[in-house]
Amino acid sequence: MTAPMPLIIGVTLAVLLGLATFLTWFERRLLGLWQDRYGPNRVGPGGILQAVADGVKILFKQDWIPPFADRGVFVLAPAIGMMTVLLSFGVVPVTAFWSIAGNLNVGLLFVLAMMGMGVYGVVLAGWASNSKYALLGGMRAAAQMISYEVFMGLSVLGVVMQTGSFSMRDIVMAQSGLWFIVPQALGCVVFTLAGVAETHRLPFDLPEGENELGAGFHTEYSGMKFGMFFLAEYAGVVLISALLATLYLGGWQGPLLPPALWFGLKTGALVCLFILLRAALPRPRYDQLMALGWKILLPLSLLNIAATGAILLLHAPG
Amino acid sequence: MFGILRTLWLTFLHMGHRRVTVGYPEHKPPLPPRYRGRIILSRDPDGMERCVACNLCAVACPVDCISLQKAEQDGRWYPDYFRINFSRCIFCGMCEEACPTYAIQLTPDFEMSEYLRPNLIYEKEDLLISGTGKYPDYSFFRVAGVKIPGKDKGEAEREAPPVDIHTLLP
Repeated sequence: MTAPMPLIIGVTLAVLLGLATFLTWFERRLLGLWQDRYGPNRVGPGGILQAVADGVKILFKQDWIPPFADRGVFVLAPAIGMMTVLLSFGVVPVTAFWSIAGNLNVGLLFVLAMMGMGVYGVVLAGWASNSKYALLGGMRAAAQMISYEVFMGLSVLGVVMQTGSFSMRDIVMAQSGLWFIVPQALGCVVFTLAGVAETHRLPFDLPEGENELGAGFHTEYSGMKFGMFFLAEYAGVVLISALLATLYLGGWQGPLLPPALWFGLKTGALVCLFILLRAALPRPRYDQLMALGWKILLPLSLLNIAATGAILLLHAPG
Repeated sequence: MFGILRTLWLTFLHMGHRRVTVGYPEHKPPLPPRYRGRIILSRDPDGMERCVACNLCAVACPVDCISLQKAEQDGRWYPDYFRINFSRCIFCGMCEEACPTYAIQLTPDFEMSEYLRPNLIYEKEDLLISGTGKYPDYSFFRVAGVKIPGKDKGEAEREAPPVDIHTLLP
């Protein structure tokens, strides 16, 4: 019943890129809804073709590289950002039969590794731009994403301990009785916060920080290279939402509806939550962000691991 | 922590609120009658031009967008040409305040975009309307002591007949 691999890869890629483009419009409409305004509603039904219009515009823009930039790295950076996010989707199981490598035995580790690589996209962009604001943004990105990766890795360990496997498919299978959001509530919260920081989305978008850094790491980018960062950010939002759905909300499992729809519903709801975070919360100061990470989230995730381990040992058979 | 969750919840509730945006081209916002929009030149109740080409509006204009030339016919002064450069106009309303005859008035119309800049220069025929604008009854030449055809000196409203100064001689 498994679909042929090229088909799965093609469909996944097409859906992801389409979804990321769609989200650029959807987010603005949703922000508008929550801020008592409309957002883009002119192009096409409900404004949905705005995404297409933006795409056309950004594709036809001059592809300009600043003369002071490090050309090779400058071009490479957005590609890295996009690539790591897309590769991470390889191990996310949409359903039991529809995934590229859902049962890869180190699936979760692969995702974490790809997120570690994703830092390069942002940091190299800031470095290669060779201008002060971009560099400051890149430095912030490095510190923020590397710190938050620590808790992200630690927070999912509880899930891994309960499942006894790094394979995403096994993790979903293990949630057939009870979703991990109940026993791993703490881990889920930490993972969500770390996920927001990892995708450097508001309220944790300090690497961009429009009001103090211009546009942070992508200050010098324009045209489709900027578009790549933009799409990578939205694909990242989808990725974190999909991971949350998979790790804590039982993945494709649910009553009545077909599994793929359940997965889509959970992911979609979480994407909306991401947008709600952006609509409601102001950006913290940089030291507040770091303090939250190292003084609160790190102890919490360690506590979560310790508690999970203790309970698992007490209930261990034999 | 609680504050953050409360903020999230309150923002979420805004889904049910009415949107404050007015969808402009479809829904025109209601403008008050004294809104300072497109400038017009009005006529008096008899259908004559109110403007007496006194140049006070051009002097009052802070951006010098009004240009006019006086002409005269049978004792009535009127502008030979009257030109407003709307690409300069800042719609401050100073001209309306300066006008002694209520001729120049600002209206609640602001939709005057053009594709070509020269089209924003309005001539007298573009500015002149057929009505009286905001002051339906006022007519300068009916209250002023100027002699025009059909109204001699001393025949204006609340004006005494002119005194023959020769009768005042001792």
